[in-house]
Amino acid sequence: MRFLTISGPPSSGKTSVILRVIEALQAHEKKIGVVKFDCLLTDDDILYAKKGVLVKKGLSGALCPDHYFVSNIEACVTWGHENGCEYLISESAGLCNRCSPHIKEITAVCVIDNLSGIGTPKKIGPMLKSADIVIITKGDIVSQAEREVFASRVKQVNPGAIIMNVNGITGQGAFELTSLFENASDIETLKGKELRFSMPAALCSYCLGETRIGEEHQTGNIRKMEM
Amino acid sequence: MKDTALFHQPLIEALVDHPYIEDFLTSFGLIVKPGSESLQHYLDHLDPDNLEDLGIDAEQLRQSLNDFLDGMLAISDPMDKVKTLTIIGGHDKSGTAENLELTLKPGEIICIVGPTGSGKSRLLADIEWVAQGDTPTGRKISINGQVPDSKWRFSTEHKLVAQLSQNMNFVMDLSAEEFIRMHAESRLVTNPEEKVAQILKQANELAGEQFAPDTPVTSLSGGQSRALMIADMAILSKSPIALIDEIENAGIDRKKALDLLVQEEKIILMATHDPILALMGDRRLVIKNGGIAKIIESSDAERKNLIILEELDNKLLALRNRIRTGDTLENI
Repeated sequence: MRFLTISGPPSSGKTSVILRVIEALQAHEKKIGVVKFDCLLTDDDILYAKKGVLVKKGLSGALCPDHYFVSNIEACVTWGHENGCEYLISESAGLCNRCSPHIKEITAVCVIDNLSGIGTPKKIGPMLKSADIVIITKGDIVSQAEREVFASRVKQVNPGAIIMNVNGITGQGAFELTSLFENASDIETLKGKELRFSMPAALCSYCLGETRIGEEHQTGNIRKMEM
Repeated sequence: MKDTALFHQPLIEALVDHPYIEDFLTSFGLIVKPGSESLQHYLDHLDPDNLEDLGIDAEQLRQSLNDFLDGMLAISDPMDKVKTLTIIGGHDKSGTAENLELTLKPGEIICIVGPTGSGKSRLLADIEWVAQGDTPTGRKISINGQVPDSKWRFSTEHKLVAQLSQNMNFVMDLSAEEFIRMHAESRLVTNPEEKVAQILKQANELAGEQFAPDTPVTSLSGGQSRALMIADMAILSKSPIALIDEIENAGIDRKKALDLLVQEEKIILMATHDPILALMGDRRLVIKNGGIAKIIESSDAERKNLIILEELDNKLLALRNRIRTGDTLENI
């Protein structure tokens, strides 16, 4: 089973790109599974189900979304494998820019959009900087010059990645992207695998439900700004 | 590694020739204080806690820097000149062979016509992807008569196709001048100010209404935006192929715009159903059911009619200007 982690800031076009890839893979009659991670609510699982792919939805709720991701992804891979998927795609949004779902030896994809501003590539951490493939979306509505500048900023923070423009609406570039997915990591289990980068730590009174503000209520892993 | 000496010379000196190293490091959130210590020393002595906060792996940073320097050297490399681009036919959606081999050269204007959904985008995508029989159409693209280097597919520095369409807008919060300067800097051109001046001058010649260099790009009119995009594409973009999806009639001198691209030795592919633009082309590819169904060379008779069409167009344009200035159209 070919397994890929797809991540990217909220509303960058991850779901649209994955839907276009699914169409291209289905043309080759491949069996596909998608695991959609989100925080509070998502209807994307319905969009995926409409395409006739196997879907699993995970909502992290009151937990840190990426910690939730990493504690569930192994079981998701086993689920995909047991259900005979030839491709399994995990989709998750990187919400704090410092976390990343990417796993060593597993093809890592980051989706980022031209409209997010040229300062955005450097603001995103390992999710973008350690990805193998970076997909830039929404290129159809900005000028050629802006596309070139944006791509050069992405290239600056991840010069080793394959950078591609894909249009999630028209599907331009999706066929080409799919041809890269055909070479994605082929695995049966995530046993023994490691994250590419540690996740941001948090273990303080607020993690445990504290709501009161003030020194006396703060315990655990606390850091103070310099004033 | 290409240049180990670079890693051992004092950082302050290394940055003189390679200022983009500082941009690279700061874009990871690192602080650079150039001094007599080497780049190697700098990389070896980064604070691990700070790296952890920034989400950087020291080894990966080193690898990225190497890749980045390779990329920068590639930008300064003269780009392989595209003298010819050949489309070797595949098949349409029903599997009927296209049976053609079409060679395009710099300075040529090729129009692409056909209804929505007929496969125009797929043809353009085949060219951009330098298809090798590995796309749904089975087409093959060769450059200078050879199977092209795979770098055309993935390189951001050497993109084969620059694209312009009706839907494209400027979204950056910069003036026209700042905007072009930033583009020039990202392309590492040696004379950015000269290019900025040249592009603004050209854009103003193409636009119906003049604009000042300090106009925010987001306040330009449709015609001015299009004019700036075309001038920028012609002069700054390195891509040898310019792909144009209609140029709207209002506010831009389309003949001059195409002339500028021709003059800059671009191969121009234009999706259009506008009779004037279509006749300005050297030939037209008629797309049907996913395949190139026919190639029409613009004939002499058509070119003669172009003059009539241009007269009609100018007449309409004059009427448009009368409306703009508050005139009435009782007598036309």
